[in-house]
Amino acid sequence: MQFMLLFSRQGKLRLQKWYVPLCDKEKKKITRELVQTVLARKPKMCSFLEWRDLKIVYKRYASLYFCCAIEDQDNELITLEIIHRYVELLDKYFGSVCELDIIFNFEKAYFILDEFLLGGEAQETSKKNVLKAIEQADLLQENIDFQMRLFAGVMVPNMVSESSGLFQN
Amino acid sequence: MPAVSKGDGMRGLAVFISDIRNCKSKEAEIKRINKELANIRSKFKGDKALDGYSKKKYVCKLLFIFLLGHDIDFGHMEAVNLLSSNKYTEKQIGYLFISVLVNSNSELIRLINNAIKNDLSSRNPTFMCLALHCIANVGSREMAEAFASEIPRILVAGDTMDSVKQSAALCLLRLYKTSPDLVLMGEWTSRVVHLLNDQHMGVVTAAISLITCLSQKNPDEFKTCVSLAVSRLSRIVSSASTDLQDYTYYFVPAPWLSCKLLRLLQCYPPPEDGAVKGRLVECLETILNKAQEPPKSKKVQHSNAKNAILFEAISLIIHYDSEPNLLVRACNQLGQFLQHRETNLRYLALESMCTLASSEFSHEAVKTHIETVINALKTERDVSVRQRAADLLYAMCDRSNAKQIVAEMLSYLETADYSIREEMVLKVAILAEKYAVDYSWYVDTILNLIRIAGDYVSEEVWYRVIQIVINRDDVQGYAAKTVFEALQAPACHENMVKVGGYILGEFGNLIAGDPRSSPLVQFNLLHSKFHLCSVPTRALLLSAYIKFINLFPETKATIQEVLRCDSQIRNSDVELQQRAVEYLKLSSIASTDVLATVLEEMPPFPERESSILAKLKKKKGPGAVSVTELEDSKREGGELNGGGDRGQDTATMAASNASTPSPSADLLGIRSTAPLGAAPASAGSLLVDVFSEAGPTAPSAAVNDDGFLRFVCKNNGVLFENQLLQIGIKSEYRQNLGRMYLFYGNKTSVQFASFTTTVSCPGELQSQLNVQTKPVEPLVEGGAQIQQVLNIECLTDFSDAPLLNIKFRYGGALQNLTLKLPVTINKFFQPTEMTSHDFFQRWKQLSQPQQEAQKIFKANNSMDTEVLKAKLLGLGTALLDNVDPNPENYVCAGVIQTKSQQVGCLLRLEPNAQAQVQHTDSPERVSHNYSSIPNFLHYLSPYSVNI
Repeated sequence: MQFMLLFSRQGKLRLQKWYVPLCDKEKKKITRELVQTVLARKPKMCSFLEWRDLKIVYKRYASLYFCCAIEDQDNELITLEIIHRYVELLDKYFGSVCELDIIFNFEKAYFILDEFLLGGEAQETSKKNVLKAIEQADLLQENIDFQMRLFAGVMVPNMVSESSGLFQN
Repeated sequence: MPAVSKGDGMRGLAVFISDIRNCKSKEAEIKRINKELANIRSKFKGDKALDGYSKKKYVCKLLFIFLLGHDIDFGHMEAVNLLSSNKYTEKQIGYLFISVLVNSNSELIRLINNAIKNDLSSRNPTFMCLALHCIANVGSREMAEAFASEIPRILVAGDTMDSVKQSAALCLLRLYKTSPDLVLMGEWTSRVVHLLNDQHMGVVTAAISLITCLSQKNPDEFKTCVSLAVSRLSRIVSSASTDLQDYTYYFVPAPWLSCKLLRLLQCYPPPEDGAVKGRLVECLETILNKAQEPPKSKKVQHSNAKNAILFEAISLIIHYDSEPNLLVRACNQLGQFLQHRETNLRYLALESMCTLASSEFSHEAVKTHIETVINALKTERDVSVRQRAADLLYAMCDRSNAKQIVAEMLSYLETADYSIREEMVLKVAILAEKYAVDYSWYVDTILNLIRIAGDYVSEEVWYRVIQIVINRDDVQGYAAKTVFEALQAPACHENMVKVGGYILGEFGNLIAGDPRSSPLVQFNLLHSKFHLCSVPTRALLLSAYIKFINLFPETKATIQEVLRCDSQIRNSDVELQQRAVEYLKLSSIASTDVLATVLEEMPPFPERESSILAKLKKKKGPGAVSVTELEDSKREGGELNGGGDRGQDTATMAASNASTPSPSADLLGIRSTAPLGAAPASAGSLLVDVFSEAGPTAPSAAVNDDGFLRFVCKNNGVLFENQLLQIGIKSEYRQNLGRMYLFYGNKTSVQFASFTTTVSCPGELQSQLNVQTKPVEPLVEGGAQIQQVLNIECLTDFSDAPLLNIKFRYGGALQNLTLKLPVTINKFFQPTEMTSHDFFQRWKQLSQPQQEAQKIFKANNSMDTEVLKAKLLGLGTALLDNVDPNPENYVCAGVIQTKSQQVGCLLRLEPNAQAQVQHTDSPERVSHNYSSIPNFLHYLSPYSVNI
């Protein structure tokens, strides 16, 4: 896999992971182009498309689009399930994950992704094992962090869709 | 688990994110961000030392700002400080910041490497994984230098934890992809292969990606992985859906691992060991059988995972291409998917069948699905699926179904999406040419193509139809008749006018007997379109008119009148004006004989690969058109072109050139002379020669290299010509060897005596290039042509060109002439296709000063994309599409083959349009096209590195 992008229906980028070296300018250009292309597609269309010399695999979960760019010899269907497994991991970790979780805890989304995919390849496909690794890391945190836990009132959802669970569509 | 209670909440960060989200406008957001940046900056610069928590919080905020798309130019140092914190969450945020924001050139890399080194040796698996993730995420060369030898050790050490092994394997993979030269094979390699047997499925899953990549580059060293992979696969395939516990995904046992195993096997030929092969075939059969079983779950995840394995198995079957039974089963399975209700499956089935179509065992089986595929082309709602259907029709086309497929594609074109029209047009054009049995069908098809999708018919397509009509006597009359009829439509596409003008200009006489298409009727028909056409087409029509004067003397008065009228002879367009003036003069001064010679019918074109195919190939990128297909078409193209190369009658060429104003006239093989009128210095002078009263100018003994530059990017054509002598060249190169045929034509009616030619390699070229030839006959009769063959061997890199000295007596005067022979280092290029990733990886490796060179130069003429592309291809390199992030740029790759070494070259051309604008504004156009290419060459040779 060359990169993975998460973006909202409004075209806001929520997570970007690049597995090939590209300059920032190029990343922005690719993102802009792909977000536009994918958002323009109709709901029942096929999840795969050719783009430059890459294959794009994308799937929408509630308000979020998950979009992966894979190479010619890579398998589209298994990539679709990589996306799904990642969503499952987020869902299990956050407990019925929604877009807001990913916005406010973006660093966690990155950590979970790193446990699951590394260098663009599946590192660990067992849900239990990935979550175990993340939980172990969480156990290492200092007590102080528990006291500074996120206040529920801080999160004022701007849009209802962002707080709807990804699995609810 | 409770929502968002996990982890290390940072209240300040959450408030900031909330603030940003509450901003009503982009301006408000920028204002808020700037405020925050100022705040963080002052905190970082402040006297008070920040505690770890605050540092983490601010670094995290910076990261958030960066991910929003804003530039961040500070905070890196603080992030690096976090790496050495002994609090896990601080370290973690530090690593995240580094992974996202530190590019490989950062000066901080040494500090980062130090921190990573400490964590790697900490023996704390969580810390080790963090460090490995960071290396894998950044993957820079500096990191490879620092850790490439350490990581294999971690990977195979007996006491390494499973999770660390997994990270180490993929970390090494990333480093290998970035810097393969730094990851040295060694004792660890055999132990890595045995990770395929590891008890922990996660370790196998991670390790196999590494093994696959390594075996692609070093197949022999890793070939023991085949039997291990087969037995692992066999165990998974035969396991019950619950055996693998958490590695079972929606009732499918280990789908990711299965796919990766099948992918690994595709790096190798079928196993030689009968038992292993038997076991593998069994696995493949089981996978195919499972596809027929009822699903264990209705969830799409179940069917996706199951079918992912099935498609990967089919890829392996296609890769082996040796088991007819499996191939046919695969084809039947895909046939079922063609009508599946899931769009995704239909898409993949069409895609996969495309490759099946090229196997001799399954080609016929694929063909049985033609109706379904045609139906898909007509009814699929998603353009990307229709595109796949069109690709498949193209792939399954052969002589037996060509007419049906071409007809369907033509009818689809009328409503096709704009995005795929151009490609469809190319495909129809190629199929029509490739499978034409009777050429009237071919002509009909192309004219239909122009009628239906004229805007998408590129120059290559209409050049090609002309080329074929000219080379085939049996279709010329039909072509003239058909095009004449097509032109009668009240509104016809300009491309039709071009084809019509060209064909009637050449072959209008073949239908002139019919009073309904008498010469004047033909002329009036063409001229009725004249005023609606663009300048290049008008220029072409003017050439057709002058050809009419030769074909039909009775039209002379009418046509002269047209040429003479102010709108022509005083046209504000210099090209049109010049043509009108010259043609008018030509028609009034020249005798019928001269006219007949100058305006003679075009000679057949030399056989050549269809440039349409080349264009499609470029469009689709490598892999889209298989090599065999290309070869096929070359062969068939050859049949079809008929005539071989001949000494080109330059006068004819000049006049005919005038009718192809496009700069990409490459297809017609007439690039050697620039468009008439545009270039008074070259083509124009040929006409001057015809009328000139002056005698032959004194031949010069100085080295003449006018022709030389034009041959940098091509192999055939006229190297030199004066009033006495014409020298034509035909050359071919393969690897480090070349053969050049020189044709010396005596243009006079008098014998050349003591005709001798000497080829020499001046100076150090002697040791770099080996050129051998036999002496020629000393007498060249008037009007005769003699041939000389040169055998060329490139020993090593060279920069000079061999010299050809010609001496002969003409009417008592000794003629002495020295030419540079167009043997340039680029002739020994072999094009190399590579992906963007590979390209830039190699590009970056060529960093030493002697390995690279850069040159900025002014374009000598317009920077037309097609012209540039043609030149770059002519250079001998592969022109790589979609490699450079900037589509304006061109990148090429090739390997120069010399006897002593092979030198890989990468080239990148970045046109600057602005400079060109200045240039085209100037009224003078430069007559020869190739002067920029030698500029490339000067710096090609130092641009090299041993592969």
